[in-house]
Amino acid sequence: MKQLLILSGKGGTGKTTIAGAFIKLSAAKAYADCDVDAPNLHLIMDQNSEPGRRDFYGLPKAEINRELCIKCDRCIQNCRFEAILMNEEYLIDAFTCEGCGVCEAVCPVGAVALKPAAAGELMLYLDEGKIFSTAQLKMGSGTSGMLVTEVKKQMRSAAEDAELAIIDGSPGIGCPVIASLSGVDMVLIVAEPSISGISDMQRIIKTAEVFRTKAAVCINKYDTNPANSEMIEKLCRAGNLPFVGRIPFDPEAVKAINDGLTVVDVDCPSGIAVREVFNKTIKLLFDASTIAADI
Amino acid sequence: MKIAVLSGKGGTGKTLVSVNLAAAAEESVYLDCDVEEPNGHLFFKPGNFYEEEISIKIPAADEKLCSGCRTCVNFCKFNALAFIKDRLIVFDEVCHSCGGCILFCPERALNEKEKTIGKIQKGISGQVTVNTGILNTGEASGIPIIKKLLDENRTNKEIISFIDCPPGSACIVMESIKDADYCILIAEPTLFGVHNLNMVYELVKLFHKPYGVVLNKCQDGENPAERFCNEKGIRILGRIPFDNELGTLNSNAKIAVRENEKYRTVFLSLLETVKKEVRHEAAVNP
Amino acid sequence: MKIAIPVDDKKMEASVCISFGRTPYFMINDTESNESIFIDNSAAASQGGAGIKAAQLLVDHKADVLLTPRCGENAAEVIKAADIKMYKTMPGSARDNINAFTEGKLSILEEIHAGFHGHGEK
Repeated sequence: MKQLLILSGKGGTGKTTIAGAFIKLSAAKAYADCDVDAPNLHLIMDQNSEPGRRDFYGLPKAEINRELCIKCDRCIQNCRFEAILMNEEYLIDAFTCEGCGVCEAVCPVGAVALKPAAAGELMLYLDEGKIFSTAQLKMGSGTSGMLVTEVKKQMRSAAEDAELAIIDGSPGIGCPVIASLSGVDMVLIVAEPSISGISDMQRIIKTAEVFRTKAAVCINKYDTNPANSEMIEKLCRAGNLPFVGRIPFDPEAVKAINDGLTVVDVDCPSGIAVREVFNKTIKLLFDASTIAADI
Repeated sequence: MKIAVLSGKGGTGKTLVSVNLAAAAEESVYLDCDVEEPNGHLFFKPGNFYEEEISIKIPAADEKLCSGCRTCVNFCKFNALAFIKDRLIVFDEVCHSCGGCILFCPERALNEKEKTIGKIQKGISGQVTVNTGILNTGEASGIPIIKKLLDENRTNKEIISFIDCPPGSACIVMESIKDADYCILIAEPTLFGVHNLNMVYELVKLFHKPYGVVLNKCQDGENPAERFCNEKGIRILGRIPFDNELGTLNSNAKIAVRENEKYRTVFLSLLETVKKEVRHEAAVNP
Repeated sequence: MKIAIPVDDKKMEASVCISFGRTPYFMINDTESNESIFIDNSAAASQGGAGIKAAQLLVDHKADVLLTPRCGENAAEVIKAADIKMYKTMPGSARDNINAFTEGKLSILEEIHAGFHGHGEK
């Protein structure tokens, strides 16, 4: 299975829009949404059935048994995260608790225990031979990287024979992105032609370099700032990064998305441009002569 | 008056709105709590007069006292400690700074040392005091930096402050809105936008914060985000039309209200609406 | 000498696991007695620092050599501190790699990758 990951660094560049189009164009049998904080891919992929669901357990969190609690205050005094509140009863703020276990260990009467806590939910759609793996992280949870890893694992075990998998990545440069990058064959970076977009694109390129992953760049909404678009192409040439195309800003794209469709399901300028980017990207992905350095 | 600006996802216009509202006000404080990717300073280009490193406490062992009992290694829930060839190794980036190992060492052999995880910068841009939090790449959590940014601003009661929050609804966002008197939720007029708006809507309700929505990048035709607000009875504070000129200014890191009177009018009007809402809330729910 | 290898299954023919920190099992082969034992990797389920915990496990089992396809920087620090030598595995089973090692065909593992911050995959 060849895995193509789509990243951007900055949010709102059009990762999901492009991922959705790629999935339609390639008729990929396996795809995943790794943006577990705010998954959007399912809104434009038409699923016909209910997904299989299971809870994802992240950090265990502390819980106080009120019946045993003697209100000695030792837990609050030793909690470095201010995660224990006192309001007539001692209560753990599950959002702030980091599961370190100090309160459990200092409690003289064993009233505090670390318990598994559901930090999110994994979903697996099985539809006409297609596998779609996604997840939703619960509000306030901090273990998004681990959930991303689970989403990919879930996809791979359900779709062992699929030739190609398309993965919609998460924004940023932190843990969930690092988790998305692990083990993929190529990453397509979607750049936005703005100062902040370029800054974030450079950070994501650096992150991908650490993993020696084959990378290529495309620009979305390039006509919103042609000068910055030029700069991005220059940066690609200077860094020896394949540039696989530019997509114009397109109000038709917004309409398509709002109708729950991808940009290649309708006839529009961005759809035509995405097709070009897709062709170039897939060629690079399957081209043996451009295999990235083996770790 | 402390106003938090948030959205479910990046790229909806949090920085556009918080930067321009701060610039439109007579005098204001801007706090960039998006410590992983702070962008506000790219717009303000503040003359910085103050910088402070933020650090967390990491354990370090006194080898003379360490008996190799491995109580610390066994306690650590994050696997940040290893005991090899009679020496304790501490892994800084994995350590969550909970203090447990230090507390439970039977020989009192562990002490704390400071590790820098990032910094805060203070600067001035016109009438705006710009506070930026920056997390060093590779560090796990920006919460201590956000805490410091907000702590320093806690005593400020007179000057209006705008908190540019990180995207999403994870723990760092929760930390950013803890002090807020009011939350502005930014929404895009797309199917994705509504889904993401719903997330932060749930978040601000959970924290019992008064809130209102600003619809950004509005175009003609259906606006699913507007429909959502109407259905849920959420107050719409304003609509910023999709505008190529505004987009270009923004992508060149220019502050719209300082470049063009027309934008100044838009954001001043939004600012007045927000202030009215906050005062109303304060009167109705003291 | 004791040789450790991360494996996907508890048998000599098992494939080498691509992850060190989150491998389900380790095989430890004693070259003197030519006996192999399989141990569960308690680090696999960790939230973070899996490589560190797995490395500590091998140190406690007195491994002298580690054969692995890759290793993160935190685990590498532990392995190096313990004077355990690391060699890069070749495609094949655990048995194939033990043989290749004893025949001197494996090379030292040079490339250490950055930590996955608790999110490395199997």
